[in-house]
Amino acid sequence: MRNQQATNLIFEMSRPGRRAHQLPSLPESGEAVSALLPADALADAPPPLPEVAEGDVVRHFVNLSTLNMSVDTHFYPLGSCTMKYNPKRNERMASLPGVADVHPLQRDQTVGGVLQMMYELQNMLGEISGLPGVSLQPAAGAHGELTALLVAAAYFAERGESDRTVVLTADSAHGTNPASAQMAGFSTKTVKSNADGLVDVEDLKSKLSDKTAVFMLTNPNTLGLFDSQVKEIADLVHEAGGLIYLDGANMNAILGIARPGDFGADLMHFNPHKTFSGPHGGGGPGAGPICVRDFLAEYLPGPVVVREGDEYRCQAPAKSIGRVRSFFGNVGVLVRAYIYIRTYGKEGLRKVSEDAVLGANYLLSKVRHILDVPHGDRCMHEFVASAKRLRKEKHLSAMDIAKRLLDYGFHAPTVYFPLVVEEAVMVEPTETESKETLDAFAQALFRITEESGDLIEDAPHSTKISRPDDVAAARKPVLKWTKGE
Amino acid sequence: MKGYLFHTDDDRREMLRSIGAESIDEIIDGQVPQALQMQRPLDLPPAADEMSLEAELRALAAKNCSVASHACFMGAGAYDHFVPAVVDEIASRGEYYTSYTPYQAEVSQGNLQVMFEYETMVSQITGLDVSNASLYDGGSAATEAVLMALASVRKRNKVITSDAVHPQYLDILKSYLVGIDAELVVVESNDEGTSESLIDAIDDSTACVLIQHPNFFGRLEQVKAIADAAHEKGALVIQSFDPISVGLLKSPGELGVDIAVAEGQCLGNPLAYGGPYLGIIACRKDLMRRMPGRIAGQTTDRRGNRCWVLTLQTREQHIRREKATSNICSNQTLLALRATVYLSLLGPQGLKETAEHCVVKANMARERFAASERFELVHSGPIFKEFLVRDREGDVFGLMKYAAENGVLAGVPIADVSENACGGRYDDCFLVAVTEKRSEAELDRLMEVLDSAGKAESAQLAQTV
Repeated sequence: MRNQQATNLIFEMSRPGRRAHQLPSLPESGEAVSALLPADALADAPPPLPEVAEGDVVRHFVNLSTLNMSVDTHFYPLGSCTMKYNPKRNERMASLPGVADVHPLQRDQTVGGVLQMMYELQNMLGEISGLPGVSLQPAAGAHGELTALLVAAAYFAERGESDRTVVLTADSAHGTNPASAQMAGFSTKTVKSNADGLVDVEDLKSKLSDKTAVFMLTNPNTLGLFDSQVKEIADLVHEAGGLIYLDGANMNAILGIARPGDFGADLMHFNPHKTFSGPHGGGGPGAGPICVRDFLAEYLPGPVVVREGDEYRCQAPAKSIGRVRSFFGNVGVLVRAYIYIRTYGKEGLRKVSEDAVLGANYLLSKVRHILDVPHGDRCMHEFVASAKRLRKEKHLSAMDIAKRLLDYGFHAPTVYFPLVVEEAVMVEPTETESKETLDAFAQALFRITEESGDLIEDAPHSTKISRPDDVAAARKPVLKWTKGE
Repeated sequence: MKGYLFHTDDDRREMLRSIGAESIDEIIDGQVPQALQMQRPLDLPPAADEMSLEAELRALAAKNCSVASHACFMGAGAYDHFVPAVVDEIASRGEYYTSYTPYQAEVSQGNLQVMFEYETMVSQITGLDVSNASLYDGGSAATEAVLMALASVRKRNKVITSDAVHPQYLDILKSYLVGIDAELVVVESNDEGTSESLIDAIDDSTACVLIQHPNFFGRLEQVKAIADAAHEKGALVIQSFDPISVGLLKSPGELGVDIAVAEGQCLGNPLAYGGPYLGIIACRKDLMRRMPGRIAGQTTDRRGNRCWVLTLQTREQHIRREKATSNICSNQTLLALRATVYLSLLGPQGLKETAEHCVVKANMARERFAASERFELVHSGPIFKEFLVRDREGDVFGLMKYAAENGVLAGVPIADVSENACGGRYDDCFLVAVTEKRSEAELDRLMEVLDSAGKAESAQLAQTV
């Protein structure tokens, strides 16, 4: 049964005079607005927002919600963006009075409870990363990258090494790495991957120089492989006078197993929405706390929380790069991370990574019979298969497989990334999927490869829409509703 | 310790058998060299069950003052506006908050349509052509707008702004501009506002002017005059605005600005000690391809149905990498959803009435301060919902502490907003914000508490002497 109400826009439901929200009367003792504001500052009319009843609003947005896949309803075998179960206790505790309704500029003495949580979270992230300097301020992973690079720039500037202007990024890196480097004022050079999908150390050596500021590395990398040469790589970069930045997108694989600080990283960011189960929210909010070595801590953006006896206080580090965001940071997301880490505790976090690695290898062992997996017999938390052979033999692309999986009730895997694998199908099951779900996914994948080409090329069939025209959307952008169109 | 894991011991054995491994350690050892593995457990607290953890969290939460326990007159960029129940109800649906970025449009039409509706509403409240699907927060949005302007207006590198713009926004701008060849000029505001001195500062090397209206002190700026002067010299104008204020005041588009930015927290989002918040940005159509962040657009599918997709992605990092217009690869969809639901509930009339409440009650509060012996109003002239108060006794922090102890969050000391905010000349002042939520009784309570603070302090002083 097609739900028409979820197809209309809220603007199309508007009827002049319909209202959903009632305010109390204005105080009689107050002056009239016309006496308080100059006439030339006033608009002729308020903005033409929709005029709808409360029932319209509820039904409209509830109906729209049913058109989304979500972790609460479906399995996301989505590489590179860990989509694990989002615990409900996190939601309840993060919305407690005294957490969700605290003003960001309240004096420290009136927010001791929140500051204690944030202080403990700083310490926990410092321990998990092996990098003790922590700033919770960045609002997203890419924001953390930029912030850390600004920290590195400030460090080099103070040492009189401002001519270190080059940031090296791996060719398998997330696209945010080079973009962040540009924004922080660096130029970028790409380091190649070798045949095993790891950093090509010879290529790295040829690109290191006294201009090198930072090498941005993802480990485990986007192929789901742990770069076993990471220490040697870090030593090479350090010898050249540069710093190692670890893109923490894949921390779900190594919690309690290996620490970036121990394998040579100097700076890193966490993606709490990936690693510590913060909901993705349809694209956000996330958060991007960063951790750095001791000697970089004084450059971190403020405020950071410090403890003095039983009191917690916000302060800016001595040589802080300044702010990168207003107020403290994405506290609501950080509180969820705090609750998640406390729920698992010292032994449990390692278990999370062990089960994530187990699930990925299990699925790999099943998928290997269906698709080629060019890199590695085993993997960490994710692996990248290739639909290259299917494309040649049956004209089925990675995208076709992805779209057809939607009909089987699975979210599509990440496709065409990383760029180093042709027709890439990137799969990350996470630790919060049962063996039965993983079996069913492998089974669906197998059945798709057996299906006829037409059926797949027209997929998905069961969704509200199928294969939207992206080209038309970009060529003649329609970015808002206009009355009468 | 179970956490959220699924596998029984039997499952694990069977999975290992399928993999062809003896143990999980064998799999890990095969990839992570022993020398790089931790040889001890993480030094973290032990695992906590849900019941104990919730009790602990409730106890921590109870240590905080909040707008639930206190009458809140704090603003300075984050406001205690009323959030209708429907907003929380919709946003707490798992289909929204546990869904992924809508790359797979077929299974994300809910989120994509919400983004499209959000973008339309942002266009409506800004009076501008194009909005994106949101940025991190109001402060970083202001900075992104400046970066956009610098990239659009070639061969000009001067950015002019005023110290009546939120001091933290200026702090963010300074941090970002380190990596960019640009000169930042901050014009000092005076009792007449900043309009004239800003206009005087604009020259042929100016790329853009960033202003806030209503400004950081709640006062109105002469946006139209500034925009005209800037355009005459070929510079762009960016306005940071209060989304509630456009229920009454002319929108940025009507005032002739090129890019509008705002903190969208006030549109149905919780205070949450500063985040996550909602960065709003909108611009004129010709600047569209310089706009950072995600954008949803309308198209049709194979069957001819109207539908929505993420679009103009060639601007983004995941395609052009080094040539991307910004590094942003997320947005605040869940908060944008809240804003969309909030604006749907309020409608034009509700937004107007909310704005009226702010203006009328803020002015009532201002009258009370004007009549008080201890306080002095720093500025005269019209305000929207916020105003600056000087404590003649110079004890702003003591005053705020006393008020908090007596159930009132009385305001924001300027010195708390940023180090050296406004050159320190308002360090004996605090900002008072009044939203529609404040009742007349609470206004009375505010003055009663602040007056008794004086008496309590003199009583204490008398005792000490």
